[in-house]
Amino acid sequence: MCPCKKIKTVFGREFKSYFDSPVAYVFLVAFLVLTGFLTFGVAMFYERRQADLTPFFFWHPWVYLLLVPAATMGLWAEERRNGTIELLLTLPITLWEALIGKFLAAWAFIGIALALTFPIVCTAAWLGSPDFGAVFCGYLGSFLLAGAATAIGVFASSLSRSQVIGFVIALAVTFLMLIIGFDPVVNAVANWGVPSGVVNAVASCSLLQHFESMRRGVVDFADIGYYAGVIVFMLTAAQVVTDSRKAS
Amino acid sequence: MLKVENLKKCFGSFQAVKGISFEVKKGEVLGFLGPNGAGKSTTMRMITGFIPPTSGTAEICGHDIIKDPVGAKSELGYLPEAAPSYRAMTVTDFLAFIAKIRGFAGAAAKAKVDEAIEKAKLTTVARQTIETLSKGYRQRTCFAQAILHDPKVLIMDEPTDGLDPNQKFVVRQMIKEMAAEKAIIISTHILEEVDAVCTRALIISRGEIKADGTPDKLRAMDPSGKLDVVFRNLTMEKEGK
Repeated sequence: MCPCKKIKTVFGREFKSYFDSPVAYVFLVAFLVLTGFLTFGVAMFYERRQADLTPFFFWHPWVYLLLVPAATMGLWAEERRNGTIELLLTLPITLWEALIGKFLAAWAFIGIALALTFPIVCTAAWLGSPDFGAVFCGYLGSFLLAGAATAIGVFASSLSRSQVIGFVIALAVTFLMLIIGFDPVVNAVANWGVPSGVVNAVASCSLLQHFESMRRGVVDFADIGYYAGVIVFMLTAAQVVTDSRKAS
Repeated sequence: MLKVENLKKCFGSFQAVKGISFEVKKGEVLGFLGPNGAGKSTTMRMITGFIPPTSGTAEICGHDIIKDPVGAKSELGYLPEAAPSYRAMTVTDFLAFIAKIRGFAGAAAKAKVDEAIEKAKLTTVARQTIETLSKGYRQRTCFAQAILHDPKVLIMDEPTDGLDPNQKFVVRQMIKEMAAEKAIIISTHILEEVDAVCTRALIISRGEIKADGTPDKLRAMDPSGKLDVVFRNLTMEKEGK
């Protein structure tokens, strides 16, 4: 059987399992309320009197920081706690197939949350004439960012059988990956006398910096490559950890 | 059908399994006996490909578990200890997931699921979520996933552990019904199980095989002719009790 079918089967089960419990609905509502509040309440979407979505996308990294770990924390931790990992990994699939299926399910789930923000595009289109190329670009960037955060979450979930630990580690790693490119932090570090080459090199590894240009409507293949790199790296780390610790 | 060659497993400096070799043929039900911590589950987990052996290997219907793990796993049905399953799913959905992963689709998948439900006597609870079921039914649901694809080799880790006498009887009945066509391994520390279902038994202690033979042959190892005495002699003296 082709690996795609097996990945699809794992994906299907995992994706459906979100909706088997209230988790999915709580998550979707929380995501929409948070992005809505931050866009309209904090970023003053109306008051800016501009039909573009940069204030909307501005907050996405921080919303993902909180919510993506909640969506990924159970992916491996639950399997280990319930012992189903022994069932899953003695079926005729490889660990990679299981891992990719799970990752894609979580990413698609967050993608749905993102897609449900479409009314804001309608609002902007109704009030003015936004640049739809830039809007598309912003969504693409946000989706890629979500993918990187999901991969970090998958890795964190593989570390222990506790969901709480999975959540906290995902939060901490994602926070670190964001903050190293956050302008106030970058400027503060530069003021300490750290050579600017070092500061820039570290900042260029940040999830935030690569999102910045896409948020404003510029697609650079280097940014896409960066997110793909983070995803591959984190999934590989998850593979290694799961393989060595699955029985513990 | 199943060949195990010098399987060893170390956890750090602790040697859990110290070189186990045996074969199981079609029609045999092999009982894996041993006290808790003897290495039964570890051995089974290595044969089923869940954990890699430190050295040695096993062959399932000609598929080497190290070189061709997916091929080996597709010939194998496995009931892990404590019978895990995805509890939020219904019995039917859970078995349909297993059928799909095992490469069945459409009508063939449905037929396999229905057949497994019937064989494991789960018809009355097929639409319930697994978390609402009693332990006996949960055990049988996991049993159903192990036999769904009609595997040639069936490995069960304590399949009757924690069940009431009636449930034990049902599970043993199911094992007997399919024994002729398969090679089956059952681990247990319940000695009555050996007489109830096994055609042959291995006694394992501290990661080594201490005895191998039919239940009658094992019984003959002690003048008393009692299996529990033989079991104690073989496993307790070595533990220095």
